[in-house]
Amino acid sequence: MTHIYAYIPFSNGAAEDVAMEFSSAAKKIDEGAAVTAVLTGSGADLEKVAQEMTSLYAEVIKIDNADMAYPNAEVVRKALVAVLPTGAVLLVPHTTFGMDLGPGLSVRMDAAYAADIIDFEGMDATTLKGVRQELGGAVSTHVTIDVASGAVITIRPGAFAPVEGGAAGGCVIDKSGDAGDLSTNRKFLELVEAEVGDVDITKSDVLVSIGRGIEDEDNIEVAQELAEAMNAVVSCSRPIVDAKWLEKSRQVGTSGQTVKPKVYMAMGISGSFQHMGGVKGNPFIVAVNKNPKAPIFQVADVGIVEDILDFMPELAEAVNDL
Amino acid sequence: MEILVCVKRVPDTAENEFELNSSGNDLDRDDLVYSVNEWDNYAVEEAIQIVDKVGGSVTVITVGDDESEEVLRREMAMGANHGILLTDDAFEGSDGKGIATILKAEVEKGSYDLILSGAQADEGAGQVGGMLAAMLDMPYASLVNKIEPGDGKIVVGREIEGGNQEMNEMDLPCVLSIQTGINEPRYVGIRGIRKVASVEIPEKSASDLGIDAASVGSEGALTKRVDYFVPDLGDGAEMLEGSTDEIIEKLIEKLKAKGGL
Ligand SMILES: Cc1cc2nc3c(=O)[nH]c(=O)nc-3n(C[C@H](O)[C@H](O)[C@H](O)COP(=O)(O)OP(=O)(O)OC[C@H]3O[C@@H](n4cnc5c(N)ncnc54)[C@H](O)[C@@H]3O)c2cc1C
Ligand SMILES: Cc1cc2nc3c(=O)[nH]c(=O)nc-3n(C[C@H](O)[C@H](O)[C@H](O)COP(=O)(O)OP(=O)(O)OC[C@H]3O[C@@H](n4cnc5c(N)ncnc54)[C@H](O)[C@@H]3O)c2cc1C
Repeated sequence: MTHIYAYIPFSNGAAEDVAMEFSSAAKKIDEGAAVTAVLTGSGADLEKVAQEMTSLYAEVIKIDNADMAYPNAEVVRKALVAVLPTGAVLLVPHTTFGMDLGPGLSVRMDAAYAADIIDFEGMDATTLKGVRQELGGAVSTHVTIDVASGAVITIRPGAFAPVEGGAAGGCVIDKSGDAGDLSTNRKFLELVEAEVGDVDITKSDVLVSIGRGIEDEDNIEVAQELAEAMNAVVSCSRPIVDAKWLEKSRQVGTSGQTVKPKVYMAMGISGSFQHMGGVKGNPFIVAVNKNPKAPIFQVADVGIVEDILDFMPELAEAVNDL
Repeated sequence: MEILVCVKRVPDTAENEFELNSSGNDLDRDDLVYSVNEWDNYAVEEAIQIVDKVGGSVTVITVGDDESEEVLRREMAMGANHGILLTDDAFEGSDGKGIATILKAEVEKGSYDLILSGAQADEGAGQVGGMLAAMLDMPYASLVNKIEPGDGKIVVGREIEGGNQEMNEMDLPCVLSIQTGINEPRYVGIRGIRKVASVEIPEKSASDLGIDAASVGSEGALTKRVDYFVPDLGDGAEMLEGSTDEIIEKLIEKLKAKGGL
C-alpha cells in the first residue's frame, strides 16, 4: 500500500477546490493508497480548514507557525522537509504556489519530481506512470516516475474528478513542534491586487476572445467590429496583454479573469490550460483557428479552420445583415 | 551586478504543427523550427535592463547540443555579454534535475549575484530554476514580473492567480524564474546576429565541469518520458465545413440557439 501525502492550500479559511481532487488522483496511483492531508498556516483559519479536511481524509497533519500565515513557499518548503517522512510521495497543485514550492522541495527531499500531471496510469513496484502535456497541450506524453526514494508531484487543478465529503472521520495531528527553524532569505512584503480596467469582461454574456493569432495590434479593430455586431465584449489571451495591445483586465485565464459567459468565441487561441482555466460555467465555445490540430478544438463545441483575419470581418458583416 | 540567464532551445509553437513520427513514440522532429523559449527572452531582456541601470554583465548559458549555440548567439545579439554552452553526450535524456545539476556545476565556477531562468519552457514543467536554487542553497522566487535591484537585497513581485502580485524581499545571490510581460523584449535583426557571429562561445563537457556522468543523462533521471501520444478525447469539437459562407450560415444558426446573437 502506498502512503500518499496531499498538500492542501487554502485562503481566507477555505480550502482550494483541488483539495477534493487529490483523493481521486491518489486512487489512480494506487486504489488502496492511504492519503494524509498536509496543511500549513497559522491560527484559526488553519484549524478550521484542518477540521474540515477530516471529512475527506483519514489523517490530517497541520503545521501551525506564524511565519506561514502567508504561504511563503520558501518557509513552507522548510517545514515540509522537516515534517514529512523520508521517501514520502507528496501531491501538490500545479498552481503559482505549487510551481514555487515543488521543484526545490524535490531537491531537498532527494526525491523525484514530476510537474503538471493530468492523469495516472497506476504503479508497478516503485515505478509510477503518469500523463502530462507538452508544447502548450499540442501533444501528450507518458512519463515514468521512480518513487523509490519519494516524489513531489504537482497535479493540474481540475484534471481529476472531485470527491465530495465522504465522512472519512479523520483526525488532526499537530506537527507544529517538528517544523524546526523556519527562517529564510525571502520575506513576504505585501499583496498588490490586479488593476481594475475600464471594461468588466466578467459581466458579458458573449465574449469575442482573441489570441496570438490576431498577429498585429492594428488587427484588433477587426475583433472589435465583430464584438460590436454581436453585442459582445473583446477579451484576450495572455500574449495580447504581454504585448500591451489590450489591458490586463481583458485577459482570460488563471493569471487573469475567470469568466462565465454563455458564448465564448476563441479567435486564434491555441487553448492552453492556463487560458481555459479562466473559462468556466460550461459556455458554448466556438474556436476559429488556422491549425486543424490546435488543442482548442479538443475543448470547443464548434470548430472552424479558417484565418481569423478573413473570417471575423465576414462573420461581422453577416451578423450585421441579419 | 553579475547576472546569469539560463536559456533553452525549443520547438517554436507558433511555427510548427506537431505530428508524431512513424513509430508514434516521438515528435516528427525533421522539419521542426526551433527558437529560444519565449520566457527566456523576457529573462534576458530583464537582465540587460538591470545591468544598464546598475552596471555589471549578462552571461547566457544553455545545456544542449551544437545547434543550441544559435540561441546563445541570438541572446547575445540582444545584448548579453557572454555565452556558455554545456554539451556532452552524457547529458542526453536528462530530466529537470539532471539539467539543474549540470547548470549548478558551471554556476559554482563563476560568481553570480543573480541567476534568472524562464518561468517554464516547452515541456511546461517550470522546474529547472527552483531546482537550481535548492541545489545552490539560494533563495528562489518563481513567476517574477517585477524586479527592483537594491544593495545586497532585491525586491521582486511574483504574479499569482488572478493577476495579483505578491511582493517579496530577497537576499542576493538568488534565483528567479521570469514570467512573460515583465518587460518588452527587444527585437533582434539579422544585423544584430551578424555582429556576434564570430564571438567565441566556450563549450564545456561533463569532465570540464567535474560532473559524474551517471548522475545526469537518462541514467540519472528519476522521471523519464516514455512516449508521445495523441489522446483520444472523444468527439472534440463539431467541425464546421464547406465554403466560408456556408460555415457562417451554420454558425449563425448555432449562435442564435445558444444565446450568442
Ligand atoms: C503561470 C502561468 C499563468 C498563465 N496565465 C495565463 C492566462 O491567465 N491566460 C492566458 O491566456 N495564458 C496564460 N498563460 C500563458 C499560456 O501558457 C499560453 O502561453 C497562452 O495562453 C497562449 O496564448 P495564445 O493561445 O493566444 O497563443 P498561442 O499558443 O501562440 O496560439 C495562437 C494560436 O493562433 C493560431 N493562429 C495564428 N494565426 C492565426 C490566424 N491568422 N487565424 C487563425 N488562427 C491563427 C495558431 O494556430 C495558434 O493555435 C500563463 C502561463 C503561465 C506559465
Ligand atoms: C531527446 C530528449 C530526451 C529527453 N528525455 C527526458 C527524460 O527521459 N525525462 C525527462 O524528464 N526529461 C527528458 N527530456 C527533457 C529535457 O531534459 C528537459 O530539457 C528538462 O526536463 C528541462 O526542461 P523543461 O522544459 O522541463 O524546463 P523548465 O523547467 O520548464 O524550464 C524553465 C527554465 O529553465 C531553464 N532551462 C530549462 N532547460 C534548460 C537547458 N537545457 N539549458 C539551460 N536552461 C534550461 C530555462 O531558463 C527555462 O526557461 C528529454 C529531452 C530530449 C530532447
